[in-house]
Amino acid sequence: MKLYDLIIIGAGPAGITATIYAARKKMDFPVISKDIGGQAALSSDIQNYTGYQFITGPELAQKFREHLEQFKIELKEGEKVTLVKKEGEIIEVKTDKGKYETKTVVIASGRVPRKLGVKGEDEFKNRGVTCCATCDAPLFADMDVAVIGGGNAALDAVLQLIKIAKKIYLLDIASSLRADPIMVEKAKQSEKVTIYNNTKVKEIYGTNFVQGIKIEREGKTENLPVEGVFVEIGSVPASEFIQEVQKNEIGEIMVNCKCETNISGIYAAGDVTNVPAKQIIVACGEGAKAVLSAFDYLSKKK
Amino acid sequence: MAKNVKVYSTPTCPYCKMLKNFLQEKNIPFTDYDVSTDRNALIEMKQKSGQLAVPVIDIDGKIIIGFDKEVIFKELGL
Repeated sequence: MKLYDLIIIGAGPAGITATIYAARKKMDFPVISKDIGGQAALSSDIQNYTGYQFITGPELAQKFREHLEQFKIELKEGEKVTLVKKEGEIIEVKTDKGKYETKTVVIASGRVPRKLGVKGEDEFKNRGVTCCATCDAPLFADMDVAVIGGGNAALDAVLQLIKIAKKIYLLDIASSLRADPIMVEKAKQSEKVTIYNNTKVKEIYGTNFVQGIKIEREGKTENLPVEGVFVEIGSVPASEFIQEVQKNEIGEIMVNCKCETNISGIYAAGDVTNVPAKQIIVACGEGAKAVLSAFDYLSKKK
Repeated sequence: MAKNVKVYSTPTCPYCKMLKNFLQEKNIPFTDYDVSTDRNALIEMKQKSGQLAVPVIDIDGKIIIGFDKEVIFKELGL
């Protein structure tokens, strides 16, 4: 089997910047990613990326792609990494489509939406259950819907839905909403919105499409008939495919200032790591650092 | 012969934009249905795909859900 210098996992801001640096260093590497742009591609407005006063997520992702295409890259798009494991001096990367071997790896897999973990959630995904309010909210015109969560993302979904849906239930597990008060006030002003605090979602039910959810509040279980369920309960690092590296209590891969993990040859960058600021521009910088560290490691080994 | 390509989308959805940009880049003519305003198109999309999510693309009757580039490439014969 071919032994690569490097494999980059992920093509969000960290992975793409890593790719550009690795290409300029003329390293021999593939990029494996399920999409291009990562979470950045789903942002509506970006107003803090240097050089652009205002750009939308899809536009920035398109610019990233154009920059990437300046180089001849072995891009494995739509491929999902399932395992990263180091055996001796060789790192093995398994995906849903194949198996690769490399001397170094940069993990830039970002974060994925957190799931509720209840019955019906997977079964009714895209059949009433959605985690992209920006994409799918307009499909729920004149329907009753539920938004799960209490942070800014949940309130953002509620505010988008006010213009579209008939009735909106905001269900939060905590006793008070964490979102910015200005958003909460706006939501409360709409007579379409009903807010339930201290409420747990137990199950999502339906036949072909969602027909309702089972919730628990004030010590009682009740059925809430809704056709749409928007799950907005934050995100988790996409780090489940690697077991050996040290992670913090929330599953983020621990790195030092050179993007090194506790295993030599394995680097990580961006939102999948414990780096404090989850920002596009920070992720880009981390991606650059990770590749420079990998390059340095390989040149010292030769 | 040119294939009959229909796209069901919403104006706010980033993946819909990516899909439409991709088709334009490849010079593939398509009809775009905005399911946020076109109720009939929404019902048609729901029936064809069995799903309530955008984008949905219909290539000569073959339904693809989401911006699945690889499958779209194959169906378009690119």
